[in-house]
Amino acid sequence: MDIFLQQVLNGLTLGGIYSLVALGLTLVYGILHVPNFAHGAFYMVGAFVALKLMTGWEVNYWIAMIGSAGVVAVIGALSERLVFRPLGNHTGLHPMIAAIGLLLFLEAGAQALWGADFLRMPTPFSGIVEIAGVTAPVQRLMIIAGAFTLMAVLQLFLTRTVAGSTIVAMAQSRDGASLVGIDANRVAMLTFGISGALAAVAATLYAPINLVYPAMGHLVITKAFVIIILGGMGSVPGAIVGGLIIGFAESFGAYYISTDYKDIMSFALLVVILSLRPQGLFTNGAR
Amino acid sequence: MMKLLEGKLGWGLLLLAGLLFPWMAGNDYHLTVMSTAYIFAIATLGLNLITGYTGQFNLAHAGFMAVGAYTLGILTVDYEVSFWLAFVLAGVVTVLIGLPLGFVSLRLRGHYFSIFTLCVGTIMFLVIEKWESLTHGTVGIMGIPAPTAIGPLTFDTPRSLYYLVFFFLVVGVWFMRRIVDSLMGRTFMAIRNGDDLAEALGVNLMRNKLIAFSLSVLYAGLAGALYAGFVRFLGPDLAGAEHAFDMTMYMIIGGLGTVLGPLLGALMVPWATQYLQFLQEFRFLIFGPVLIFLVIFVPNGIVGTWVAWRARQASAADVAQHKAKLQQTKTDAGQEESTRA
Repeated sequence: MDIFLQQVLNGLTLGGIYSLVALGLTLVYGILHVPNFAHGAFYMVGAFVALKLMTGWEVNYWIAMIGSAGVVAVIGALSERLVFRPLGNHTGLHPMIAAIGLLLFLEAGAQALWGADFLRMPTPFSGIVEIAGVTAPVQRLMIIAGAFTLMAVLQLFLTRTVAGSTIVAMAQSRDGASLVGIDANRVAMLTFGISGALAAVAATLYAPINLVYPAMGHLVITKAFVIIILGGMGSVPGAIVGGLIIGFAESFGAYYISTDYKDIMSFALLVVILSLRPQGLFTNGAR
Repeated sequence: MMKLLEGKLGWGLLLLAGLLFPWMAGNDYHLTVMSTAYIFAIATLGLNLITGYTGQFNLAHAGFMAVGAYTLGILTVDYEVSFWLAFVLAGVVTVLIGLPLGFVSLRLRGHYFSIFTLCVGTIMFLVIEKWESLTHGTVGIMGIPAPTAIGPLTFDTPRSLYYLVFFFLVVGVWFMRRIVDSLMGRTFMAIRNGDDLAEALGVNLMRNKLIAFSLSVLYAGLAGALYAGFVRFLGPDLAGAEHAFDMTMYMIIGGLGTVLGPLLGALMVPWATQYLQFLQEFRFLIFGPVLIFLVIFVPNGIVGTWVAWRARQASAADVAQHKAKLQQTKTDAGQEESTRA
């Protein structure tokens, strides 16, 4: 039973991180209809910026998280302005290839600036608490609390604020949104900024129990794609539910089946889902 | 330069340049760079068939190349199958693995296909890395035999290997040109331009997409097998996303949906990489922005832009000719009038 609860805890940790990354991806897809292959690089840059703020400038963990969210939000907004906006209304191959160009650039940039080494991020939360026979590292509990708080904040932002509503409106109908005077370009930049900030926070939360290196975004982004296909491209609740499904599948799969193949499992799940239901589990087409 | 490359004459010149290259190259190292470029050019031709001609952006192409390479490596090293039999089997295995994926991909359009293939590529990479009993894991496969002699032809010098690879490239290009000029090639392009419309016109989408996918992965598999026989060492990295991105870059720089474009791209970029050697793994600092710049400002690549420019010139010349004719008739009429008067 303890082992089962332990896996639930692991599933929630992974699921929370995956959901945050997938949320950013799904928001951008909802607005621009572009699968942003560079999102994993945003995640990686977020981890590096937070790490460098903490080790180089000796800032506190939370301030480093806010700082890295800010930096990556700016990178996100700039990439919308400089890379995706000039491509106009293309929805086919070209924005995907541009996203790959951005990914290559950011990864090479990170490697040039910070090196290819595997780095470890320090964290103020090194303790371990024991609840009902389950040993839980505080950092894991922080991840769960942090991720789900941020999801709630995002949900409030999207439903309760004007800026959030413009994003939802654009995702529902671009023409309708511009008809009521919403500046599509501004909203697209805002969405990319939020998407980047979410990735940076996810990376800063997860990095202390993982490693920081230039290619760290690869598996995470591929999983995030699995998640948004699972949850329906462009759907916010879909990204959260999908993230949890993959998180649990992975933690239980790793324990009950094989640690070696845990990464393959989520992709195999996607292959099966796409073969049976190409439009995802929870939607009848994109929002 | 581009004008020379047009038509039969252009292909003839390219062929000649390829045949004479060993005499132009300063050393064996240049031969090796060029041979590797040819191998990736073959794979890129296949990628261009599914992406440039049929309109589906496949991100698992490097994975299929690795499937071909590993099939050859495992068969020759662990099972001591003869090189050329393993070579043929590499093509067969790649297509056999590609077919079920092709079936799934039939149901997927646009972004879904790309994301699906991204995941498939990742699965291939992870399987190669983790299935140690079959693929030797991260250690890789060493001691792959060189291509065995065919009759009097031996492949034990860089120059003979160069000609072997060049031969396959020529066959690959010739066959690709036959495909895209045939009715089947036109059908692929019809699917790219609008698959609903193509279906309404009576195109069997299922069959044609499967054929395009199979041919595309066959190119990748055979290129991979050649790669294994040429480099004689394999590691999981071959299936990595980086190679898939490399081939995408060749295709975009040269021009999607042309045979010459991806070929030129695949031959040019490795040389650019040679000159940017000092950058090493940072070359993407330059190539990334170049890729973005190209899709924004030169979306049709070098060859595509050239073709469009020629077409504009031709139509401009047509218009000019027309105008001149019109002018001529006008002045003729005027002269007639003046003589009459």
